[in-house]
Amino acid sequence: MRVSLFITCYNDTLFPSTGKSVVRVLERLGHTVDFPRGQTCCGQMHWNTGYQAEALPLLQRFVDQFRAAEVVVIPSSSCVAMMRDHYPKMAAEIDDVRLTADVAALLPKVFEFSEFLTKRLGLEDVGAYYPHRVTYHASCHGLRSLSLGDGPLRLLKAVRGIDLVALDRVEQCCGFGGTFAVKNAAVSSAMLEEKISAVLDTGADACTACDNSCLMHIQGALHRQHTGVRTLHLADILAGEEEVQA
Amino acid sequence: MSAGPLDPKTAPAFPMAAKAAMGDSQLRSNVRHATDVIQAKRARVVDEMPDWQALREAGKQIREHTMRHLDFYLEQFEANCTRAGGVVHWARDAAEARRIVVSLVKASGSDEVIKIKSMTTEEIQLNAALEAAGIQPYETDLAELIIQLGQDQPSHIVVPALHKNRQQIREIFQRTMHLPNLGDQPQDLADAARLFLREKFLRVKTGVSGANFLIAETGGVCVVESEGNGRMCLTLPETLITIAGIDKVLPRYQDLEVTLQLLPRSATGERMNPYNSIWTGVDPADGPRVFHIVLMDNARTEILADEEARQTLNCIRCGACQNACPVYRQTGGHAYGSVYAGPIGAILTPQLQEMHHAQSLPYASSLCGACYEVCPVKINIPEVLIHLRNKVVLQNTSGIAGLFDVEAAAMKAMAAIFRSERRFRAAQRLGRIAETPLVRKDEHGLGWISWLPGMLGGWSQTRDLREMPKETFRDWWEKRSGHDN
Ligand code: SF4
Repeated sequence: MRVSLFITCYNDTLFPSTGKSVVRVLERLGHTVDFPRGQTCCGQMHWNTGYQAEALPLLQRFVDQFRAAEVVVIPSSSCVAMMRDHYPKMAAEIDDVRLTADVAALLPKVFEFSEFLTKRLGLEDVGAYYPHRVTYHASCHGLRSLSLGDGPLRLLKAVRGIDLVALDRVEQCCGFGGTFAVKNAAVSSAMLEEKISAVLDTGADACTACDNSCLMHIQGALHRQHTGVRTLHLADILAGEEEVQA
Repeated sequence: MSAGPLDPKTAPAFPMAAKAAMGDSQLRSNVRHATDVIQAKRARVVDEMPDWQALREAGKQIREHTMRHLDFYLEQFEANCTRAGGVVHWARDAAEARRIVVSLVKASGSDEVIKIKSMTTEEIQLNAALEAAGIQPYETDLAELIIQLGQDQPSHIVVPALHKNRQQIREIFQRTMHLPNLGDQPQDLADAARLFLREKFLRVKTGVSGANFLIAETGGVCVVESEGNGRMCLTLPETLITIAGIDKVLPRYQDLEVTLQLLPRSATGERMNPYNSIWTGVDPADGPRVFHIVLMDNARTEILADEEARQTLNCIRCGACQNACPVYRQTGGHAYGSVYAGPIGAILTPQLQEMHHAQSLPYASSLCGACYEVCPVKINIPEVLIHLRNKVVLQNTSGIAGLFDVEAAAMKAMAAIFRSERRFRAAQRLGRIAETPLVRKDEHGLGWISWLPGMLGGWSQTRDLREMPKETFRDWWEKRSGHDN
């Protein structure tokens, strides 16, 4: 299959390794990856903060860039949620018939990364090896908007060598919420603190999720508190391979 | 605790109030414990329902239909209630509602009233108005009694004293009921309240209530509760005065079959409320001789006129969104500066203020969606929050002042960057240069930022940030596929 990758603005800038991992997994599974170069941002930050007029051109841009795609894969649950929850309404609200139709045609082809593997390809074992103790945080948008359910966990369970430990209150928000983390820094930090202590209670070496924005937030406190626990995107775990002796 | 009434017009912005509230570790542990307990009870009785999602959908449909034809159902209610012997009054806003209630109490010849728990009376600060007119209100709901005696404010729409634990409640009762030897077992506290209230029930001749539902088809009013004290207030007084927002209407009696399943399971984790009272006008054989109902608008028609925010009015005040909210969990209710706290408060309060006050509340959410997930009438609270944020932004950025709004300027600049791939790449390069002076190496030789300037400083109070990688994904991709830019 020809998979068009929408990397998202923050993965592109801050987490290029996740993009490389996505490419690695997809190519290992025999798919061809394509990267439309004009892509930038889905508009989530603007939309969610109340800058509706600023978000609209970014919707148009996404549609233009990915119109011809066979499938679009996005390693960020919140960006996919932005598209599914808001794009149809955004297009309809400005009475743009053409854009509304384009969005309706494109959205069924858009998948969050783990969702693409489990729901579109029907896979659980993608041939990964990752010999570490790992806990999984269910990012809010993946959990509630995309209904990822136990898909990511099934992918993780199939990873060879992994020691997967359950996170207490796994469905509770980490407190990121985009600009919320800055506008309501104290509350956001208190929410994060609960998440961090749950992560530490697992004794895991690493915390993973389907969204690097939550992980950046969790990582921020794990590092500040010198815990030695890492964060990494689900794709980074699934990209892991066993060293083959020559 | 918070001394003055919760008034969105004068309350501090949420981030400040929240910070102050979080300094109270007793409050935080009380809120966490109470919301955990209620959530667990709710989950048990919701999970046992095979048709819960269908019920939620039915609840949503009923409420949406009602709001679409609100004028019709209100008039139908008025006609049927009047026919049954009730007296219907209309109040445009809180001030008019207070005036009407005060004059009705005076006309009843009483200078005391017994009250059923009612958030609508809290919304309009009725008790203060009654007291100012020389009328003594007695709260009879146990939690409201605790609030009244403790000169406190409600922090939750269903469990107003949720922020208090048993020892604190005992202390309030000991002090105000003069019972120095009172124990702290639930039975001790309930007995003390019962003795205190029983005398009022028998003496006071005028009752004031809110309403859970108004039934247009019959003109009936429905109140549900757990204690039976409400039933006392509804049956013993000679005069009963009910105050209800115009959003409380249901078209048909039969609609209760849906709402009376959704509400108790969502609110208190009960299969059914122990006391479900429905009365229609007056009956010479039983109950109050005189029944007044005040139907209050107080900005609700403004909300109705906003197509996207209209769903706010579908709320049946179950409080499930408050219990599920990870923000409320940290701060409790008072930080919202309104009797409506938590997610429902974050959307309802600024709208009741017609967006003139409480503009920080739509931002008091990480948009995690836990509220939407539990809402029994499927109000998409995150969607309404975003819609209200847009209204706030449009307010703040209109006119000259908007030109000096730092956030708006940054947001507009970012949007311009994202509109062009070339500008985006330039910004990525520039970002790496700009952050360089802030980057420090950690013990593993990795670059981290632990201090950020200005608005971003909120992040770095508790969180580090990895330095930007030297190469973006798209740079890597282009190198790999062999065509350089
Ligand atoms: S918004 Fe929904 S969950 Fe919240 S109080 Fe109202 S009905 Fe209950």
